[in-house]
Order: sequence, then C-alpha cells, then structure tokens
Amino acid sequence: MNSDSGQTPGRVLVKGNEAVAYGAVDAGLQCYFGYPITPQNEIPEMLSTLLPEHGGSFVQAESEVGAVNMLLGAGACGVPAMVSSSSCGISLMQEGISYMAGSHIPGVIVNMSRGGPGLGDIGPSQGDYFQAVKGGGHGDHRNLVLAPATAQECYDFMFKAFTLAFVYRNPVMILGDAVVAQLKEPVRRVPPAGTNTPEYLQSLVRDQRIEGYGARGKAAAPRLLKSVYLAEGALAGRNRLLQSKYAEMRKEVLFERENVDDADLIVIAFGSMGRTARSAIHRLRKAGRNIGLFRPLTLYPFPEAALQKLAPGRRFLVVEQNIGQMVEDVRLAVNGVCPVYWHGVMPGLFVGADELVDPILRALE
Amino acid sequence: MASAKHLHPQEAETPVFDVNPVLGERATHYCPGCHHGIAHRLVSEALYELGVADKTILVASVGCSAFAYDYFNVDSVEAPHGRACAVATGIRRARPEAVVFTYQGDGDMAAIGIGESLHAANRGEKITAVFINNTVYGMTGGQMAPTTLIGQKTTTTLHGRNFHSEGGPIRLAEIMAQLQGVAHASRCALDSVKHVKEAKKAVRRAFDVQIAGLGFGFVELLSGCPTNWRMDPVSANRRIATDMIPVFPLGVFKDVKGT
Repeated sequence: MNSDSGQTPGRVLVKGNEAVAYGAVDAGLQCYFGYPITPQNEIPEMLSTLLPEHGGSFVQAESEVGAVNMLLGAGACGVPAMVSSSSCGISLMQEGISYMAGSHIPGVIVNMSRGGPGLGDIGPSQGDYFQAVKGGGHGDHRNLVLAPATAQECYDFMFKAFTLAFVYRNPVMILGDAVVAQLKEPVRRVPPAGTNTPEYLQSLVRDQRIEGYGARGKAAAPRLLKSVYLAEGALAGRNRLLQSKYAEMRKEVLFERENVDDADLIVIAFGSMGRTARSAIHRLRKAGRNIGLFRPLTLYPFPEAALQKLAPGRRFLVVEQNIGQMVEDVRLAVNGVCPVYWHGVMPGLFVGADELVDPILRALE
Repeated sequence: MASAKHLHPQEAETPVFDVNPVLGERATHYCPGCHHGIAHRLVSEALYELGVADKTILVASVGCSAFAYDYFNVDSVEAPHGRACAVATGIRRARPEAVVFTYQGDGDMAAIGIGESLHAANRGEKITAVFINNTVYGMTGGQMAPTTLIGQKTTTTLHGRNFHSEGGPIRLAEIMAQLQGVAHASRCALDSVKHVKEAKKAVRRAFDVQIAGLGFGFVELLSGCPTNWRMDPVSANRRIATDMIPVFPLGVFKDVKGT
C-alpha cells in the first residue's frame, strides 16, 4: 500500500489501478463491488481497506454477475458506487449494465481490459472497444466511455466518471488496459479543478432514488426503478427518452490534439496506444515529418465532429491494439472525405515507439 | 380495475378483515387459485405490524411476481432474472437503515439465481427473501423448475420429470439452513388456514431477524399454480398436501435468537 509520508504533499507513485482506487475514494465512492481478475486486482485489494477507512462499503462478490447487480442496487439508491473488472468479467456484467441503462441508474464500471477472445491473455489489448462503446449488452443502450492513457488520467477520470454517471443517470465505463493498469508513475492526488462534491452528485438523483418513501414524507408516493415496459407503445416511448439522453451526451466529447495544424498525417489512437504513438510521432517530427496526434478521451461520445473538421486535405492513420474496431468509427466520421489507414497491434503484445515508426511512415507514402 | 369500495366495511357492519394499506387496493393480475395473493398479503401484514413500510425497499424478480411492485406500496427496484439477492446486497450496503426484501419464484431463485442467493445468504446480508415454490415456471407457461417433482409433467418434461436425466427437486430451505449467515430458514405452505397462520409467523420472523441485525431471513412458501398444473383451484390446493409436502417437509430449519 502507498503512503503519502516522505513524498511531496499530494504526490504519490502508483500504478494506474491504484490511481483508480485513490480517484474513486477522493471522488466520494461509497460502495465498491468486485471479483478478482487480472490485470485489475490492485483496485479491489486497495479498496478493501481504503474504502471502509473512508466510511464506505466494500464487497467481494461471488462473480461479476453478482458485482454488477450489487452496483445496480447501490446505484438505484443514488450513492456513488462502482465495479471494476477486465474483459471476460465485463462480458458477464453486460446484462446488468443494460438493465442499468434501461432503468436510468448511475454507476461506474472500470474495465482494465485483457487480450481476447475467450480467456485470451493478461497482456495489453484494446479489443473491448466495441464492447464498451456499442453498448455491449442487449438492446439499444449506450455507456459513456472514458479512455485514460496514464495513471494521472486514471485518477482524474474517476471524478469525471462519477459526475457523468449522475448527470446522465447512466452507466459510465473507464476503458484501460494492462499497460495503463500496471504502469507505475507519479500522480498528483488532488481533485481536478471544478470537481463536484459527492453530496451535489447525489442531489442530482434526489427525484428518482429509492430510499423508503418515508424519507420523502409520510404520505409520499412509492417509487419504482425499472426497465420493463410491456404495454403497447410504452417501450417505444422509453427508447425515445433514452435516445434523447444519448443525443444530449454528445456535448461531453473530449479529445486531445497535438501538432495537428501543420500535419499531413494525423495518427488517431486512444489509451496506452495513444501514448506509444505520441513517442513515435515526436521522433518523426524531429526528422522533419509533419505528423499530428489525435487522441479521443471519450470513446462514447466519439469525437466525430472534430475529426470531420480535420479531415479535408489530410490522411488519417488509426493505430489500435485490436483487429480493427475504432477505425470503423473514424471511417464513419470522415465519410470518405480523406483516406483512413489502419495499423493494428495484436492483443497481448507489448510494443514500443520503434515498432510504430514504420507503419506511420508507410501511411505517408 | 374493479372498484375497491366494496372491500371496506359498510355502515353497521363489523370489520373482520380489511384492506392492508401496505398492499393497497389494486386487484392483482394473478390467476384464480394462485397463491401469490396470499403470500403478498402475509408480507404486507408483517411490514404493517412492524411499522416499517415507509423505509422498506422491495427488489422484484422475474417471473409471475415481476409486477409485485404494482401491489406493494413501498419503494421498489426491478432486478434482472435471478439477481434479486445481489441487487438487494447493493441496496443494503448503500442504505443500512432500510428494510430490504426480495420476492422470488423457484425458477428465479433456485435455478438462474441460486449463486447470488446462496452467497448473499452466506454473507449474512441483512435482507429477507420470500421464496415462492410452486414447482413450475409460471410466467413462461409451465416449464420444468428446479423444484419440479419427480414424475411431474411440465411443458419441457412431457413424460414427467425423470431423475436420471433431470435430477430431483431442490430443497432450498434446507440448503439455506446450512449457511452460517442465515438467521432464519423455514418452509411453510399456503394451502390451509392452519398452514397460512404458520406462514404468517414465519414471514414475520424472516423480517424480524433482518431488523434485529441477526442475518439473512429466508422463508419458502409452497404455493399452488392451477393454470400451469392444469388443475382447478381446489385440486391444486389439495396437491400441495398430497404431493408437495411429502417432498418438501414443512418446518423451521434454522432460527437464530438474538442475544
């Protein structure tokens, strides 16, 4: 466990997983539910002591299915709650995530993904892009998805995640990978500017949370949170409401641009691959190549408008550690305006900047 | 929906049985002869007598009782099929002051949700689980349940449940009683006045142990399903005594007293 003693105040040297735990607690986490799976184990291990020390409740669930339904229950009560897992465990959670989306229940899901399909391996992978941004579970639902690249972003994004979950009453997923989860680096453990208090977040769902009707007065009407709408036309109404919410979410789009103004080629990469690509691009710029980096920080909503704006007269190269997932969204956004190339790194491999230099140069040819 | 006015005693009449405010005055969607109505009534009486309805949260499950929240005047949340005890765990951890209960059928609790149910019980979650055992999947049209009796015909065991290919009926109350976190585990039946009176005490006890902080409260209620048993209500009622109770013995299997 990490202690602040002997370090700069507010500075800690931690893994991405530990930064998630610190960020969650500092953002006001009250309930954590999880099940062991590599490479995210430091999150439950740390929270098993840290969270009770901060007055919260930690439960090691019997399965990821159990964990996500505990999240549904705590989220229905309107308290900041989260689960963490990795790829195969997230697959098991998809049913619960769909129910939460259908019932307008807030909650944060951290996915430090691993290689797949199946049991795959425990190395880095971005193969859960589809699972995260296309809803993942059954029915027409969407999760807000944040993709950290550093331990600092792991810490900071937890605050963002809880805010988005409560503002939109929706599941929010943090999508990291083994590199993000396991890399140890300095983190400034200070809540980002403009952070909302947990009390404020909870006040956002005052009108829907279940609590026992007595909390609202002796004669208050009972409340119900549900996703079933059997009467003819009722489900259509529900889905229209959800779609209008998803449209509203579009304004939450976040991305990072670096050296794009003079760029002939823009490399688009998220999470740890965005970091590796940046190193390769820096090297190539020193050699006089006009290459920029575009890193989506939100994968849903996807920064389509920003990419459309950058597309005319340029080439795009999507670099991702999967067999081609985000590239589909880039092609949809660009809609043929500029060429979109793709370079995939196989899940489970550890690649450095060296290995990205040639693929980037090829896209310039 | 029928007017509930006639349910109240009129002038010069002496009330012997009245609407329970926790259950409200809505007519239910349950079939004639179904015992969900009695089970609902017993739960509502326990909550009413304990005076806790205003801080109670119901976790509804999937099955015929999916719409139990339409009848109980308490805050409610819908759980995915089988997951009610996990949802209730999350609620319990988020709201330590609330009274939390699940209401689940045999498919929901003893098949798809047996894992969540046993582990919530084993953790000693301070929740109450009301388990309706009618030996069949009701909502989906009468398929085999984990509690279906050997030889019982269902839409997926047309020749009767065969032990050698489908196994035998699960006795959940006895399994629950073995878990350390369980404070009360009992089985009752809803087929006679005597049994209903016993069931009332057991349901109350399953809430008492939660409120006293002693652990998980579990009560199994043997119930009739005339529709899916293809029986008239009177014969269905009779079947509980002749066929079910010999396989599912009634009794209190565990009851932890407060110190």
